Amino acid sequence: MYSVADLKKGLKLTLDGAPYIVIAFDFVKPGKGQALYRTKMRNMINGTILDRTYRSGETFEQASLDERQMEYLYKEDTHYTFMDQQTYEQVVMEEDAMGDAKNFLLENLKVDVLLFGEKAIGVTLPNFVNLRVIQTDPWAKGDTSGNDSKPATVETGYLLRVPPFIEEGELITIDTRNGEYSTRVKG
Amino acid sequence: MARPFLFKMIPTIYMSDNIKKLRQRAVIIQSIREFFTSRGFLEVETPLRIPANAPEEHIDPYCSGDWYLHTSPEICMKRLLCRGYDNIFQICRCWRSGERGRKHIPEFTILEWYRTNSDYNDLMKDCEDLLGWISSVCNKEIQLFSSKSSQFTTMNRKVTRITVQEAFHRFSAIEMEVAVRSGSFDEIMVTNIEPALPGDVPVFLLDYPAEMAALARLKPDNLNVAERFELYLGGLELANGFSELNDPAEQRARFVEANYKRSQAGLVALPLPEAFLDELAAMQPSAGIALGVDRLVMLMTGAEKIDDVIAFTPEEL
Repeated sequence: MYSVADLKKGLKLTLDGAPYIVIAFDFVKPGKGQALYRTKMRNMINGTILDRTYRSGETFEQASLDERQMEYLYKEDTHYTFMDQQTYEQVVMEEDAMGDAKNFLLENLKVDVLLFGEKAIGVTLPNFVNLRVIQTDPWAKGDTSGNDSKPATVETGYLLRVPPFIEEGELITIDTRNGEYSTRVKG
Repeated sequence: MARPFLFKMIPTIYMSDNIKKLRQRAVIIQSIREFFTSRGFLEVETPLRIPANAPEEHIDPYCSGDWYLHTSPEICMKRLLCRGYDNIFQICRCWRSGERGRKHIPEFTILEWYRTNSDYNDLMKDCEDLLGWISSVCNKEIQLFSSKSSQFTTMNRKVTRITVQEAFHRFSAIEMEVAVRSGSFDEIMVTNIEPALPGDVPVFLLDYPAEMAALARLKPDNLNVAERFELYLGGLELANGFSELNDPAEQRARFVEANYKRSQAGLVALPLPEAFLDELAAMQPSAGIALGVDRLVMLMTGAEKIDDVIAFTPEEL
């Protein structure tokens, strides 16, 4: 249980059954008046921003958040299923909550899944993943047109720009934080 | 009068921003002293540790042994008035528990002054004169930071006066009396009214509901409001002044009521300042005001938070 005195940027709490993170906080107290705690909070599931003002004495439920390493199993319609390899427990996450992570998910990839109670609300990928190029135009040797990149599609269906020398079937490393090509995987 | 500009003598490039602001702070405090002494006010010092503050619904004192650190020098300074002192001022540290934010720190500096045979109108005039004096002494205009535009503007000297009643009428969906009854007065004040006040001129918000002025005299022609005002500058609440109540029976009743509201809110009741109540009948008609020195320095130095104008925050100790 938190009291208003615990409020600060980054605090995670439960409001109306949803997890929120405090993104802005200000203590105000009009002359001789009561202390008020003005907050701006972001819903950690759908991203909506909420402005709320609290008074002394009010309390909050802590958001019971848990992050666990899980393995990505498969996708069905808009559901992504992950499994805890220790307990074999499976959780399902909606596509909406996946964000850009869905571009880099290959079966058996180990990721950190953020759980709010029983519900999976976010996923953190390794910073780099290796994915195979399934479609890209061949490099015309001697091309001096100055183009230093070309489009390529990888096995998850994600489209990105790669250097001209990358060929179909090659394995490349992608930085999941910005979605950009990083290096070619040799061999 | 020739005055040394201490903070200008050292090339500012060698100073950290905090040191620069602390030097300006020293000059501002010096100029406050000159302002009051040149007008015949006597500088006084009263105890910081006292057996009882004026009980207030929303101000929590720190305990110090069996006694308390004062939350303002009000009680002792008024007792000096009761003993025949005339115009007096004091610059001192005060403590209020639990108050920490961009504009709040639990240990802060108050400038408090009292004038006898005066009312709150005289105090508003003092405020105007003081702001002008400090600006000219520091050889700079007061810089007002607008959170709306995130820019500094220079203070326009022309003051604005608006009653609390009118401010609620203009800037809030509900009238002042309704806000007081429903307990939403403070929230509307910070959410709707303070942001709507003009940012580039000193604004006197005056005639507070009687319920919001535990130590102020009621307005003779309208007993629903008290002769109390707040001075706002650049969105900062800078000073709170009022015509003093000098009726001991009425004052005691208001203290008892403040304690009742505290216990309703689950807070401890606070001891009454009995010696003050015993002497209060001897106080001439007077007016008194407390001004936040740290906030004044914030305005003069263009600081965004109170931390920038003090030597150490509690978090740094």
